[in-house]
Amino acid sequence: MIRSRNLGRSFGEKTVLEAVNLDVAAGDILLVTGRNGSGKSTLLALLAGLLAPTRGTLEVAAERRSIGFVGHEPLLYQELTAAENLDLFGRLYRVQEHRERSGMLLERYGIWDVRHDRVSSFSRGMQQRLALCRAMLHEPALLLLDEPFAALDAEGVELLSDALAEPSQQRTLVVSSHQPDRLEPIATLRLALEVGRSR
Amino acid sequence: MTSTASLRLYLSDVLLLARKDLKLEMRSRDTVPAMLLFVVSSLVVFHFAVPSTLSSETERTVAFGLLWIAIIFTALLGLTRAFVAEREQRLLDALVMAPCDRSAIWLGKVLAVVGFLVLAEIIAVPAFVLFFQGVSAVTVAALVLANLGIAAVGTLLAAMAAGSRTRELILPLLFLPLAIPIVVGGIGASVADSPERFLGFLALYDAVFGIISWAAFEYVVTE
Repeated sequence: MIRSRNLGRSFGEKTVLEAVNLDVAAGDILLVTGRNGSGKSTLLALLAGLLAPTRGTLEVAAERRSIGFVGHEPLLYQELTAAENLDLFGRLYRVQEHRERSGMLLERYGIWDVRHDRVSSFSRGMQQRLALCRAMLHEPALLLLDEPFAALDAEGVELLSDALAEPSQQRTLVVSSHQPDRLEPIATLRLALEVGRSR
Repeated sequence: MTSTASLRLYLSDVLLLARKDLKLEMRSRDTVPAMLLFVVSSLVVFHFAVPSTLSSETERTVAFGLLWIAIIFTALLGLTRAFVAEREQRLLDALVMAPCDRSAIWLGKVLAVVGFLVLAEIIAVPAFVLFFQGVSAVTVAALVLANLGIAAVGTLLAAMAAGSRTRELILPLLFLPLAIPIVVGGIGASVADSPERFLGFLALYDAVFGIISWAAFEYVVTE
């Protein structure tokens, strides 16, 4: 699913990622750990196709329609409601019966009751739950989650942990976290980044 | 998928994205009220700035020049806000990752910008008539053609500027030189004895810059 050799990324003079080698098969769960500034977010942005490598090679065997991404920002329109955001992305991703799928995810992540509220009225944790719904709406084959537990309350952490722990041979998961305890038991691969370099 | 089905899907994405922008504006009311206030204020200022001693022919030319300047700067005001929602929440990343054709993002935004411009002109033209003089159907036709060119070029440049820290400087610096042909065509169509060639000039501008902007948008929003 993912193969990289000597993958690197610089922004101007500053190198944020260097010499990362990855071999991730379909169905793997890759846990990326590292301190702040170690390049975790940059690696996920490269895998999502939002950035291009400045060194090395990267092959991701997934089309755009098959990638789900949750970054530091929730990537939601603040003046639209939760349901409208999911409706927009459901249509753009050509999700069959996207209303039913949205409803199922909204219920699962505990935000069904506020589906007609604008996202701007949501707490950061609720926005993160909705961001997870958006990323999983089209049942992506490759799910990229950058610090997905950030801002989630205890209930949200439980819900997401349960969702990620569900066995799926079709879904490849790449999760970055500097609090990896919850993900360690389910991870099949681990990558520790140290200021841009893999250890 | 057949080409007809692809086109239908493409147009439905364009309309979906344009409708989203109009809905956002109806709720936030950030852009259109500012554009309306700006265009009316500009015309009031221009009304007092034009000396009353000019000959009627000179006054006519000057007045239409000021109308087109007001339209261009009002459009610039709207364009600076065209990608605010996408920029503040990094939503351009989400749209770029979606499997729709990236040019649909541009075309949806162009339709929304045209809508905002039409609303501004619905107020601006009667205000111009009140403060200066009447407008002909040719001027209205020139405004319609100018809207398309302004939105096409302006949306591409607004997307380019959105990623920059100095976006407020970059957008006017890029947009105003490219708007010169629109001002020339618009004033020419408004005051010339044979306005057809100026309308043709505006239509040509729309076609050329529309195609360039449509084709270039993908390169602007991806690295």
